[in-house]
Amino acid sequence: MTDEIIRWLTPWEPQPVLIAVFAIVAVCYVRGLARRRRLRDTAPAIAFGLGLISMYVVMQTHVDYYAQYMFFIHRAQHLILHHLGPFLIALSMPTAVLAAGAPAWLNRGVRGLGTLAPVMASYRFVQHPVISALLFVGLIYFWLTPSIHFTAMLSARDYWLMNLSMAVDGLLFWWFMLDPRAPGTTRTTYSTGLRIIVLWAVMPPQIALGAYIALAPDTVYDVYAVCGRAFPISPIVDQQLGGLITWIPAAMMSVVATLILLRFGFVHERSKPQSSDRTTATPAKEPLT
Amino acid sequence: MTLRKILPRVLLAAVWGVAITLSGCSGGPEYTAHDITGVMPDLEFNLTNEQGEAVTADDYDGRLKLLFFGYTNCPDICPATMARIRAALGGLDAETRKDIDVLFLSVDPQRDTPERLQRFTSSFGDGVVGLTGNQDQLKALTKRYRVTYGYGEPNDNGFYLVSHSSAIFVYGPDNRSRLLINQQESVDEITADLKTLLAQLD
Repeated sequence: MTDEIIRWLTPWEPQPVLIAVFAIVAVCYVRGLARRRRLRDTAPAIAFGLGLISMYVVMQTHVDYYAQYMFFIHRAQHLILHHLGPFLIALSMPTAVLAAGAPAWLNRGVRGLGTLAPVMASYRFVQHPVISALLFVGLIYFWLTPSIHFTAMLSARDYWLMNLSMAVDGLLFWWFMLDPRAPGTTRTTYSTGLRIIVLWAVMPPQIALGAYIALAPDTVYDVYAVCGRAFPISPIVDQQLGGLITWIPAAMMSVVATLILLRFGFVHERSKPQSSDRTTATPAKEPLT
Repeated sequence: MTLRKILPRVLLAAVWGVAITLSGCSGGPEYTAHDITGVMPDLEFNLTNEQGEAVTADDYDGRLKLLFFGYTNCPDICPATMARIRAALGGLDAETRKDIDVLFLSVDPQRDTPERLQRFTSSFGDGVVGLTGNQDQLKALTKRYRVTYGYGEPNDNGFYLVSHSSAIFVYGPDNRSRLLINQQESVDEITADLKTLLAQLD
């Protein structure tokens, strides 16, 4: 039993830098929670913890082995890396807790990065609604292009490039989408309507790709036959399951995010000043879960 | 030119750069197979041959190697692939064929004893070597080449299926990884690819 647990927890391909990043983020967050001691941090902390742990599990445990050798588990891994994990992390708005727990030099470093014009210009560029949507859908299509997918699964370097690009883009996209501040608070806090348009714009291409894979009569991704599967399963069943994961839960995330954005919208409406002499809206400071 | 104008171009160039790198447009020789030169690691292993002797990749140094993962109870892919390899090598002249080893690596050591391996490989002509190893050796080797295998549930007669890689990996005389031939490639295409590779290596 213990051996089995150790086997499952052992990374299939250990990435020391990645493990260090997860550890630093987790330690900063827990320290932040302990220092703040606020009851209202509880729900966001659960969301953050689930998001962070799920992303770690699919990359640095034995789950990664199955993701490398079964197409449908690979699609589930990307659903967590690109959609679910970053979604939960963004929803928890962890900045304040992380800042409270991070050592002073780290906070200074992050603030310093934020003052660099090229960094901020790049950030604003990738968080532009059109670019953000193109990157979000484009990366899914790029890595699922059969010839590119083939090389990515065979080459250790490209495999990690693929997974990390999905995780980083997922964080950027959902960070942009689930910003609870009033529209206009920052240059990357766009209006609720615009964000809902982006959420719905990324849905049809994901549905189309998922349906194409799920309903394809032949094998689209032969790399899983080339490398062998983790256990004997019909290649078509593996592909159909993978297609369904790309199709349905991925698109559902846009619907869930829309509901959350509508909730943000109501909160902003309610917090708008009643009298005409007040001109500034109070931003919603509480993360909504 | 402002940063805002430069950024989209930089991003576009980066996307193209990544796409071209990953699609392998390196301008090398044209193969029907996947050219995996530099993508996958060199051949290295510690295994047992069909005489029951411990062997390493160095024992096959200086010869072109075609490596296939399978098992002798395989109902379809393994015998079919070995037959295709035999037919493809038949398209090469006898002198060239002498410098090529076909390594049939069984991932089912429980059933594939050296004797059984020998019986299987002898059906596919000269130059076919049966190899296997214990689970640690097989796992180390398959992980190195990012392939895997797994065992199905045994039926009432104790027969079980084994999932395994369906590709033929080609290594140069220097043990560098060269080509990956998949199931869709015809016998003639395999012969042509081997000729192209041999000409490139000369």
